Amino acid sequence: MTAITASPIRAPEAAPVNVMTQTHADVTRDVVATLTTPSRGYYLLLFGAVGSFLVGLFTFTMLLKEGLGLAGYSPPVFWSVYITTFVFWVGIGHAGTLISAILFLFRSPWRTAVYRATEAMTVFAVMTAALFPIIHIGRQWIFYWLLPYPNQRYLWPNFKSPLVWDVFAISTYFTVSTCFLVFGLIPDVAAVRDKVSGWRKMLYSQLALGWRGTDVQWRHYHRAYLYLAALATPLVLSVHSVVSWDFATSVVPGWHGTIFAPYFVAGAIYSGIGMVLTLLIPLRKALKIEHMIHDYHFDNLAKLTLLTGTILFYAYGMEYFVAWYSGNTFEQTSFWRRAFGPQWWGGWTMIICNAFVSQLLWFRKIRTNLTSLFVISIFINIGMWFERWVIIMSLTNDYIPWAWGNPNPTWADWGILLGSFGWFGMYFLLFARTFPIVAIQEIKEMIPMPRRRAGGGHH
Amino acid sequence: MPLPLPPFLRPKPVPGVLASFEHIDSATDAIKALRSRGYRDLTVYSSHPNHELDDALDQGVSPVRLFTLIGGITGVTAAFAMQIWMNLDWPLLVGGKPIVAIPAFVVIGFELTVLVASLLTLFSVAGLSLLGHRRGAAYDPRFSDDRIGIFVPVRQDKAGTIEQMLREAGAVEVRNA
Repeated sequence: MTAITASPIRAPEAAPVNVMTQTHADVTRDVVATLTTPSRGYYLLLFGAVGSFLVGLFTFTMLLKEGLGLAGYSPPVFWSVYITTFVFWVGIGHAGTLISAILFLFRSPWRTAVYRATEAMTVFAVMTAALFPIIHIGRQWIFYWLLPYPNQRYLWPNFKSPLVWDVFAISTYFTVSTCFLVFGLIPDVAAVRDKVSGWRKMLYSQLALGWRGTDVQWRHYHRAYLYLAALATPLVLSVHSVVSWDFATSVVPGWHGTIFAPYFVAGAIYSGIGMVLTLLIPLRKALKIEHMIHDYHFDNLAKLTLLTGTILFYAYGMEYFVAWYSGNTFEQTSFWRRAFGPQWWGGWTMIICNAFVSQLLWFRKIRTNLTSLFVISIFINIGMWFERWVIIMSLTNDYIPWAWGNPNPTWADWGILLGSFGWFGMYFLLFARTFPIVAIQEIKEMIPMPRRRAGGGHH
Repeated sequence: MPLPLPPFLRPKPVPGVLASFEHIDSATDAIKALRSRGYRDLTVYSSHPNHELDDALDQGVSPVRLFTLIGGITGVTAAFAMQIWMNLDWPLLVGGKPIVAIPAFVVIGFELTVLVASLLTLFSVAGLSLLGHRRGAAYDPRFSDDRIGIFVPVRQDKAGTIEQMLREAGAVEVRNA
């Protein structure tokens, strides 16, 4: 720890060879070029995203008008597609913070090329997730009852409930990751400001907040970035742990496990990197930044996927083992029904997509083939949505067998699910067009400055 | 540069010399030469943080860390105080736990530590940059691209020697600002 906090941050020693061929001016030029007129494919994607969002908006309006009866809840299952999708989107966010903060502290230079995109993904995924508790509570107009504010009956929230912990965890996570993204953007927006003209110059001048890259600004900025990364690192690990405690602190068979926090965190990072791959593989083609985001970066992302996928494989096995070894009939029944009960298709989708498909990444050929990586990333997204679905379906079989029952998702469930992808995609696409999706100043930090005298320098 | 600030907020330009460098070693030479002759009030621009410039300017560690610490302590104190007080204000027995159940309060204690520490870190960067900033120093858009800039605030009659010194160090462009 002393090494991290006591010495000023140094540029990474081993920058990947492929970025070294560029000059500082090339980096600015190429990244600013991504902000010019986009292709027709971009508009098609944006049209699809906005359309899906409108479907979600319509469904939400109907939910407000008619109530949660529209969604396919049936006793005893009152957490269904909405909470599944909530956990799914919170999880997506985690890969972004892992790459931007944790790998920053570990001095992994390869993160530089991809971290801006993943950080934006984090913010938009948490924005999406934060909608779901509100959609799910039924009386959406009184969601603020979750906050500790002085009300007329002097009642306060129940601070011993994990659901209230979650309110604090998610809102802190959203605030801190937004700050981290915006803070990292300031010098890059200033670089764009100095390259464009007309109304765009006006816009970026405002957004750059007077940044000029002076020695005083960099001195404080650089230090603060380190502390923000150091604060975001335990935060990201805590957030999905708290989400897992929404389940684990209850006594529902299948939920009441001490393994839940690390199991959820590994799953979150796994699903998040899956989403990073799904977004970045087409994006780098669309924005023509193939010379900045290389196979090398995808190879590293795939290795992270393999690591977290293997942790998940272990966790799945351990869950079944503990269920058997506990000797608890209810626990055993719950897990037997996951594999062979009425929802068997969910259980097997989860195990095949997450535990087995991720093992394909042991092969270098698959890791460096972007088509296969893209297909695998889709499997990961589907598998991780089903993981949360399977966990929540533990509700179908609690302690009273005569009360068992299955939910019947309706158009209102799927409409909101589709809308959430639209809402997320819309923001991500607009961001990629408006702001530098590759971090200009951090790439520049990896390229040595030209020298008049040969040799020398600190490295 | 068209900073769309209202006129009363726009800083008055400060007279001085603005030099632009392509090479990092030229820039550090110039900074060292200027500082050894007593010109310590320099504004150095770069497109990215560079430790050679930090070393030449002999910068200490930023005091931002103090604000991070203050924020963290404030956050954790406020979180526990809030939860303990609110539980005592309307005592409700939940789940057989004590009214003041410290372990249950740790999560929100942690979250508010991170929240307040992060926010105070950001505000301190804004505040410290404003305080330490020389307002009205000349700027060139290439400083955010690939050039290093050095601005020396100096009266017109002394500008000649400074310009000479910067050219000798290897500046590619020197102008009176």
